[in-house]
Amino acid sequence: MTDTNNQTPDNQMPDNQMTGAEIVLKALKDNGVEHIFGYPGGAVLPIYDEIFQQDDIQHILVRHEQGAGHAAEGYARSTGKVGVMLVTSGPGATNAVTPLQDALMDSVPLVCLSGQVPTTLIGSDAFQECDTVGITRPCTKHNWLVKDVNELAGIIHEAFRIAQTGRPGPVVVDIPKDIQFATGTYTPKPEIAQNTSYRPRTQGDINAIQAAVELMASARRPILYTGGGVVNSGPQASRLLRELVELSDFPITSTLMGLGAYPASGKNWLGMLGMHGSYEANMAMHDCDVMVCIGARFDDRITGRLNAFSPNSRKVHIDIDPSSINKNVHVDIPILGDVGSVLEDMVRLWRALPKKPAKAQTEEWWSQINRWRARKSFSYKHSNDVIMPQYALQRLFEATRGHDTYITTEVGQHQMWAAQFIEFEEPNRWMTSGGLGTMGYGLPAAIGVQVAHPDALVIDVAGDASIQMCIQEMSCAIQHNLPVKIFILNNQYMGMVRQWQQLLHGNRLSNSYTEAMPDFVKLAEAYGAVGMYCDDPKELDGKIEEMIAVKRPVIFDCRVANLANCFPMIPSGKAHNEMLLPDEATDEAVANAIDAKGRQLV
Amino acid sequence: MNAHQQPTGSAYFIAPETAKAESHTLSVLVANEPGVLARVIGLFSGRGYNIESLTVSETEHEAHLSRITIVTRGTPTVLEQIKAQLERIVPVHRVVDLTVRAHALGQERPIEREVALVKVVGQGDRRAETLRLADAFHAKVVDATVEHFILEITGKSSKIDQFVAIMKPLGLVEVCRTGIAAMNRGPQGM
Repeated sequence: MTDTNNQTPDNQMPDNQMTGAEIVLKALKDNGVEHIFGYPGGAVLPIYDEIFQQDDIQHILVRHEQGAGHAAEGYARSTGKVGVMLVTSGPGATNAVTPLQDALMDSVPLVCLSGQVPTTLIGSDAFQECDTVGITRPCTKHNWLVKDVNELAGIIHEAFRIAQTGRPGPVVVDIPKDIQFATGTYTPKPEIAQNTSYRPRTQGDINAIQAAVELMASARRPILYTGGGVVNSGPQASRLLRELVELSDFPITSTLMGLGAYPASGKNWLGMLGMHGSYEANMAMHDCDVMVCIGARFDDRITGRLNAFSPNSRKVHIDIDPSSINKNVHVDIPILGDVGSVLEDMVRLWRALPKKPAKAQTEEWWSQINRWRARKSFSYKHSNDVIMPQYALQRLFEATRGHDTYITTEVGQHQMWAAQFIEFEEPNRWMTSGGLGTMGYGLPAAIGVQVAHPDALVIDVAGDASIQMCIQEMSCAIQHNLPVKIFILNNQYMGMVRQWQQLLHGNRLSNSYTEAMPDFVKLAEAYGAVGMYCDDPKELDGKIEEMIAVKRPVIFDCRVANLANCFPMIPSGKAHNEMLLPDEATDEAVANAIDAKGRQLV
Repeated sequence: MNAHQQPTGSAYFIAPETAKAESHTLSVLVANEPGVLARVIGLFSGRGYNIESLTVSETEHEAHLSRITIVTRGTPTVLEQIKAQLERIVPVHRVVDLTVRAHALGQERPIEREVALVKVVGQGDRRAETLRLADAFHAKVVDATVEHFILEITGKSSKIDQFVAIMKPLGLVEVCRTGIAAMNRGPQGM
């Protein structure tokens, strides 16, 4: 042999030669991974063997692969880093499908590594075989089946790049077991990506931004409509957004996903918009003359009836994903680019405006908004006998002031109430399943957040139905000493399902009442956590304080008024200015919320 | 995406679509890697778009590029959305709406051609008639016995439709069509 590169002694491999399983761990480390969420199984045993023999990456053992995915999502959304999950072949991969789709719809950077049966067995209906890349193709941003160990490192590096750049999203790398055993070359993370077909654009077109700024300056009834894209773009984008609001004095609302990008205590804040958003936010959206959509996507829960959506406004839309532009709503000035980068240009161009709009230009608009605000659309009737769910959340929020708090939720009425009554001052503090609406998201997500922020107060605001969808992760919280607090608004119903049945299905409460509810206090104790119970408004504050003081996982069974419904509400198929307000939502109004034509379709 | 059927955005109020659907030909340049065709087709079925014709083949071996030609039908908004969704697919390099570009060049449509193989079985006068018509359509005989011909014909889809219809009474037993290959007129490349 004359090749000088191969002069290593026979018993020692060159540094870049290693097994597939070693390549996986090295590639994760090189991409800055410190925690992975996973569950072992036959097809990932070589990787788990490597995990056992190192200390740099901590593995969090979940109790179900869905939990691993949501935990990784919570981890990613509270840190801005990529979440990593590791699952086995077959059922491991199929259980990962829900969090993958969840991450796709909420644009969460997630890398899922899955084991696969050996390449020689693929297609033979082997034990725990499934077509992972086929099944996950529509629920990922991209996915790979690794067929050559020498390509493994490059694919993992590319997976991280694709997951976190452009519009973030989930990716899957499916690794057959023989590839994990095989020896190959580790290639370092490239400085410049090799792939030429994926080059997301971050810089916005400066002419479009200039046109947008001029339009904004001419507005008499402007509104900023912001979304999760601001949070995803990073803390700098939130800072720039606040600066833009400060400079322009525009009113600002946000989608469920964007809460915290602008502080709830800010004077221009209108509250969340959409189906259960505030009256002032929705009315302002309907009546505005210039709408600036920043990192949001005109989802159907936001727009209400599309052909009545903000009929008289000129619209600017900032989005990194070209397919979001003109998908549901036609916009006048589309700006393709990263929110942070575009806002930077926007703030600069606003400052450079030769003639700033006079304060009087929007004075009338603000007084109109203040009249809408005075309607106090989140109000509810307090009770001294039963805990109103809204009251419980108000008290919970008050108790968390001064703490380093992160909130996750499950999906349903409690989620909407949490969005209405818990105020967020900073981005990355609010983790909820918006696009997919995945019940069972909150507990594993809280676990992921707590892993990333061990000393923070992490609360999962839950419903009695949702919490039971991933309750097994209590065991994970105990094992890893993660003191998450599960605050269940227990009304013994699937509240949001019941609310729709009352509104749209003739009050026939088909299967929305939960019989045989577990004793949540005993359940907590069975897992080794602390169980708490409260059904008296007078005791609530003390119990919440107690919950926060406990440095262990807590399940708090908060018994609330059973039949409370979530208002205000834009009923399905209605426009923003046809909201059902809490004080108007009598039984009769609820029954007639949908007209005769609508009822025929029910 | 079924927004073209539900402009209200609600299942409780379905209003009919008023915009008119058009047929467009898209050229999609993709990295030639496993699963890329499945990604493209899955996008169409998953979001409820139509495929009227689809052809795919490697066009630049060295650069690992394949070209997919898709004829699809939709309202202008849906067509714009299809293009944007295709561009999101990671191994997709470029998407060109050839019909839009043809309109920009002042033409009605791009050059669109299809190849078909047509097997006709018959005897006596019918064979002579088959050959006469094949000649009129510039179809070539590529295989024959005393009982049958296989004819190869190239042209616009409408021409092939017509030829196949004419061959029916003359003993047509089998047709295979390639789907449309398309390109814009003029010196510019895609």
